[in-house]
Amino acid sequence: MGMTMTQKILAAHAGLESVEAGQLIEADLDMVLGNDITSPVAIHEMDKFEKKGIFDREKIALVPDHFVPNRDIKSAENCKCVREFAKQNGIVNYFEVGEMGIEHALLPEKGLVKPGDAVIGADSHTCTYGALGAFSTGVGSTDMAAGMATGKAWFKVPSAVCFRLSGKFAPRVSGKDLILHIIGMIGVDGARYQSMEFTGEGVAALSMDDRFTVSNMAIEAGAKNGIFPVDGQTEEYVRTHAPEGSTGSPVYRKYEADPDAPYTAVYDIDLAKVTPTVAFPHLPENARTFDDIPDIAIDQVVIGSCTNGRISDLRSAASILKGRRVAKGVRCIVIPATQKIWMQAMDEGLFKTFIEAGAVVSTPTCGPCLGGYMGVLASGEKCVSTTNRNFVGRMGAIDSEIYLASPATAAASAVEGRIADPRRY
Amino acid sequence: MESAHGKVFKYGDNVDTDVIIPARYLNTSKPEELAVHCMEDIDSSFVEKVQKGDIIVAGKNFGCGSSREHAPIAIRAAGVKCVIAENFARIFYRNAINIGLAIVECPEASKEISAGDTVSVDFSSGIITDETTGRKFKGQTFPPFMQKIIDAGGLVNYINESRE
Ligand code: SF4
Repeated sequence: MGMTMTQKILAAHAGLESVEAGQLIEADLDMVLGNDITSPVAIHEMDKFEKKGIFDREKIALVPDHFVPNRDIKSAENCKCVREFAKQNGIVNYFEVGEMGIEHALLPEKGLVKPGDAVIGADSHTCTYGALGAFSTGVGSTDMAAGMATGKAWFKVPSAVCFRLSGKFAPRVSGKDLILHIIGMIGVDGARYQSMEFTGEGVAALSMDDRFTVSNMAIEAGAKNGIFPVDGQTEEYVRTHAPEGSTGSPVYRKYEADPDAPYTAVYDIDLAKVTPTVAFPHLPENARTFDDIPDIAIDQVVIGSCTNGRISDLRSAASILKGRRVAKGVRCIVIPATQKIWMQAMDEGLFKTFIEAGAVVSTPTCGPCLGGYMGVLASGEKCVSTTNRNFVGRMGAIDSEIYLASPATAAASAVEGRIADPRRY
Repeated sequence: MESAHGKVFKYGDNVDTDVIIPARYLNTSKPEELAVHCMEDIDSSFVEKVQKGDIIVAGKNFGCGSSREHAPIAIRAAGVKCVIAENFARIFYRNAINIGLAIVECPEASKEISAGDTVSVDFSSGIITDETTGRKFKGQTFPPFMQKIIDAGGLVNYINESRE
């Protein structure tokens, strides 16, 4: 029987000819990631190993991003713990404030994940790198510790669901609408313990930023990973995002699913039929389109996060906010995901647009996405957010409400002060 | 092999890690500090009522959302001995095994057991007994590899043992 793309990557990293769904394997890792919340737990676990040390100082990435710049004394202590661990162990890929970004935007940008890699991260949205044709998945801190110590992780080989894409998006529709549409269709456990594999000629019509957004939210359908084939756009991205100081062309492997790869379900999606989609509180599966969205006044808009804080997201929001004002009584918070994106947005004049419109621009941080700081919601407040989770209390008070949407929908909503259809702009 | 015996706290489908332990408390990883806020956003009286050895019974996709190991850590530190659910989200499942929190998948038990019932679980056979109603259910046991990690008391001990 053939293998899925994910299964081929896992087989190669386990040193096996082939694997099948359900099999338990141990795979070699190309990168192990942690942030300021999950790494301290892993670092304490590291003390318990009898054999000390890390497996490879170039294959660990530590990115303080959740409560950074330090939110309070406890967060500062967590960051200090990560900083000192990185220093003691000579970890090359530690990113301090000033060079950091939200981890899942930062790693691809720095060329730290390549097609065909196997990556674990102690953060559930580690699945983002599937956009590059890598196998990447979120794990907990103990797995991270074991990964840092041994360079290996155990996996149950997943079965897969296939999404065959065709056509291309209508104006003002983007990757966020596609993934919200899919989660609305299959539910928050629709791909539980499975891979989501995206194929078809429609893939070519998706920008890399769109693919990152789609893979990012695979976990929101319960998936282990969400993976795209490697095409010309991927290879161009990898070429233009080589690690600092590296010479020559990057080395990576392209894997393709076999024609007879087993899928537990196949969905055909015409991108042209996807319309702006909003996930209502309190689950990402509560997806609605504008033929079914009542008039809902809002208090806040957040444009940012590992889902939608990339340059094309900011451009999309700016194209709507340009020459317009954020509605009175609404706070609009824009957070570029990395320093590089920040600089790019500044050079392109996007900040002028945002600030003239009455929005604020923050330094890269996860901040409000997880109710940390920089935009926490009060009781009863409603927020349109380009983030990925609208769980109870995720952004603040337990009776606040989060509506997940694309940057275009978020910007249109900021202008109108209510959840608004971006196709009007 | 160990077993569990305690009173049941019952929840529905898709109990996510943000309600198990809200992110606003993630500036610490101390089990006892996390335990105080366990389930706070879904059941504010949980922490007051839970007794050492109690059992959580929930619907499908328990523990969905973030990868925070703080979630199973908080549940264990609150005194819960075992979580029974129709099924678990994958990262929570991994984390529970890796830190040695007992979990059992059992769709029937998840439906039939009520809040407040007294329940016992035998981990080696997967047999769940609702002592209040007298009903028995058969939960799923782990594949041998995972059972080895659990028997070792978690992934770190398992690696230490297998590296010797
Ligand atoms: S932006 Fe939000 S979802 Fe992404 S890594 Fe940060 S907290 Fe997690």
